[in-house]
Amino acid sequence: MLDLKKYNSVGEALRDALETWPTEVCLIESDRGEEKQRFTYRNFKDKALPLAKSLQDLGIGPGDRVAIIMTNQSKWLISAYAIFFCGATLVPLDFKLKPEEQWQLLKHSGAKVLITEYGIWRQLGSSPGRSAATCLKTVLATEAPENADMAGAERWEAMKGTNAPVFVLQKRQDVACVVYSSGTGGTPKGCMMTHENYLEQCMALTSLYPFWPGVHYLSILPTNHAADFMVGFIGPLTCGAAVVHLRTLRPEYVREAFPQYQITYVTLVPLVMKNLQKGLQARFEALPASKRKAFEALRNINRSLTKDRPRLWLSRKLLPQVHEAFGGKLEAIIVGGSFSEPETLQFFYDLGIPAVNAYGLSEAVVCITVNDLKPFRADTVGKPLPGMEVAIRNPDTDGIGEVTVRSKTVMAGYLNEPELTAESIVDGWLRTGDMGRFDSTGHLQLFGRKKNMIVTEEGKNVYAEDVEQAFEGLLVKEFCVFAANFIWPQRSMVNERLLLVIHLEHGQAFTPELKSEISTRNARLTNYKRVHGLVIYEEDFPLTASLKIKRSELAQRLAALDREQSIQPI
Amino acid sequence: MRTIEQTTQEILELATTQFKVPAGSLAADDDFYKKLGIDSLQALEMLSRLENHFRIELPDYEVQGVSDFKTLAQRVQARL
Repeated sequence: MLDLKKYNSVGEALRDALETWPTEVCLIESDRGEEKQRFTYRNFKDKALPLAKSLQDLGIGPGDRVAIIMTNQSKWLISAYAIFFCGATLVPLDFKLKPEEQWQLLKHSGAKVLITEYGIWRQLGSSPGRSAATCLKTVLATEAPENADMAGAERWEAMKGTNAPVFVLQKRQDVACVVYSSGTGGTPKGCMMTHENYLEQCMALTSLYPFWPGVHYLSILPTNHAADFMVGFIGPLTCGAAVVHLRTLRPEYVREAFPQYQITYVTLVPLVMKNLQKGLQARFEALPASKRKAFEALRNINRSLTKDRPRLWLSRKLLPQVHEAFGGKLEAIIVGGSFSEPETLQFFYDLGIPAVNAYGLSEAVVCITVNDLKPFRADTVGKPLPGMEVAIRNPDTDGIGEVTVRSKTVMAGYLNEPELTAESIVDGWLRTGDMGRFDSTGHLQLFGRKKNMIVTEEGKNVYAEDVEQAFEGLLVKEFCVFAANFIWPQRSMVNERLLLVIHLEHGQAFTPELKSEISTRNARLTNYKRVHGLVIYEEDFPLTASLKIKRSELAQRLAALDREQSIQPI
Repeated sequence: MRTIEQTTQEILELATTQFKVPAGSLAADDDFYKKLGIDSLQALEMLSRLENHFRIELPDYEVQGVSDFKTLAQRVQARL
C-alpha cells in the first residue's frame, strides 16, 4: 500500500494510487449477476479527470462543497475523486433518505453542486423541498435516458472539460468531507472530517486488515456510510485493490457475488449477518442425519483448531462447501453499524469465517476499536486501533463509564454547531455517549447508550443493551429494552424500572408459552438486571439507514402510549 | 398493456403465493411490511419476483421507502 504518512490529503494519496497501479483492476460493477463495467486504475483516472475539469470550470475549488447522492456504483467513487482533485469538500448523503430530508441536508451543508443518479433526481427534483436549497447551483445526473426531462440537471456523462484540470493541494487539517451521522442519537449532525482523519484511520485499519492488489472488496453498505467510505473506497484504492459494486442488493445477487468475484472482504450489518446465519442454519438442518453429524464433527474440529487464531487454509479444507459458497477467498466479514449478537459472530467464526466485530462512530471516521482475532472474541468490540487513546469517563464501581476517545481521527467539529461541538469534544476528548469498560485483556465491552439506563435501589447501574442479550433469539419480530423513565421521564431517580418492548410477527399471538419464555429468560438475569414490565408494540420499530433501531425515536413513539395501561407485568 | 388495476391485482396475487397468506387477504392499501410481517431483505426478494413476472427492472432506489402495494403497483406500471 501507499505510505499514507507522507500525504497531506486524500486526493493526493488517490492521485498517486492511480499512477502506481495503472493496470490493476480498480472497480467492477455488476447488475443482476451480469458484469457491466470493469475499470483499471488508469480507466478510473481517465473518467475522473474530465469531470474534475468540468467542476473547475463551474468554479468549484477549496471551500466549496459538492454533494453526492448515489447508490453504490463506480461513478460514486469517480465523482468523489474528482471533488477531492479540485480541493473541494465532499458531502456524501444517504440515497435512502426521503427527498425532503435530502433537501434539508443539502441546504444545511451549503452544497453548490449535487451529483446524483437520474432516477434519484426524478424524485428529488419534483419534491417541494427543492426551493429551500438556494445554495445549490448545479445538478449533475448520471445515466439519464436519451430523451429524458432533465428538470434543470446536467448530464454527468457530458461533463468532459477539455483541458487538463489543475490538482489542488490541501492541508491535512482541511475538511475533506461533511458526513451526516445516522446514529441513533436523533437529529443528523454534519461531522467535519479532515484529510488527516481519513489518512490516519486508513493507516490504522490496514495495519490490522490489509488490502493489496488482487483483493476484491464487496461494497454493500451505502458508500455514504462512514464504514463503506473507508473500507470500500479509500482503503482499497490506496492499496491497489478492487471494489465490487452491485447495482441491486437483492439477496440472491449478493449471494452470487461471493463466488463470482471471489470476494476477500465485505462489511455487513448485524441484520444481514443474522439473515445469512438463518439461511445457513436452515441448510444445515436440511442435511440428512448422517451428513449433518459429519458436518457437526468437522465444525467442532475447526472450532478447537482455531481457538487461538484463525487458520483460514485449514477451515477451507475442513468445511469446503461452506467456504465455496462464499467464494473460497473470504478473509473476513467486518461487522459494524450496531451491536452484534455474540452468538451470531461465534456461528460464523466456528465455520472458519472470521466475523470481525468493531466499534466506532462517524465523529471519529468510523472505527475506534476492532477485534484483532488474536484470539477471536465474540463478547467484546475489540481493542483500540493503533493511535487511539480510549478512556472510560467517570467509571462506576463496575468500571463502566462513558467511552471517550482522543486521536487524529476525531472530527474537527459539527458544521455550524460550535456549542454542540464543545459539548462533544472536551479537552480534545470525544465523548461518544456510549457506555463501556475495558476487561482485563484490554478489550472494550459496551453497555449501551448513556441515558437509556437505570440506577437500581442498590446503586447498581443497568444498561438496557446489556440486558437485551438475555432475550436474544426470542421468537418475536423485534424487541428492545428501555428504561421506563427514558420513555416517560419522571424527574425522579427512585423506583426506576426496565421494560421489554416487543413487536410480534404478523399474525402471531402473545401466547402463554411466549410469556413463560420471557419470564424464564428474565429470571436468568441477575435480580437487579431484570426487566419489570412488558410492552407489546403494534408498529415496526424505526430503523436507521444501517438498520439500527432508532432508540430515541422509538422511545418518543412509545411515549405517546399511556404508561400505566401499556405496561404488563412479567 | 395492463391497467393499473390489473397490475395491482397481479402483485397482490404474487405476494399471496410467495408469502403463503390466505387468498384475498391482501389489499392495495396494505402496508406489506406490516401485513406480511416481512423485513427489508424479504421485501427485496419480493421485488425480484415482480421483476421476473413483469419482465422489468426496478432499481432499488425506485422502491426505497415504498411500503404499500398501491404505490408499488404505480412504480411497476411506470416501467411497463
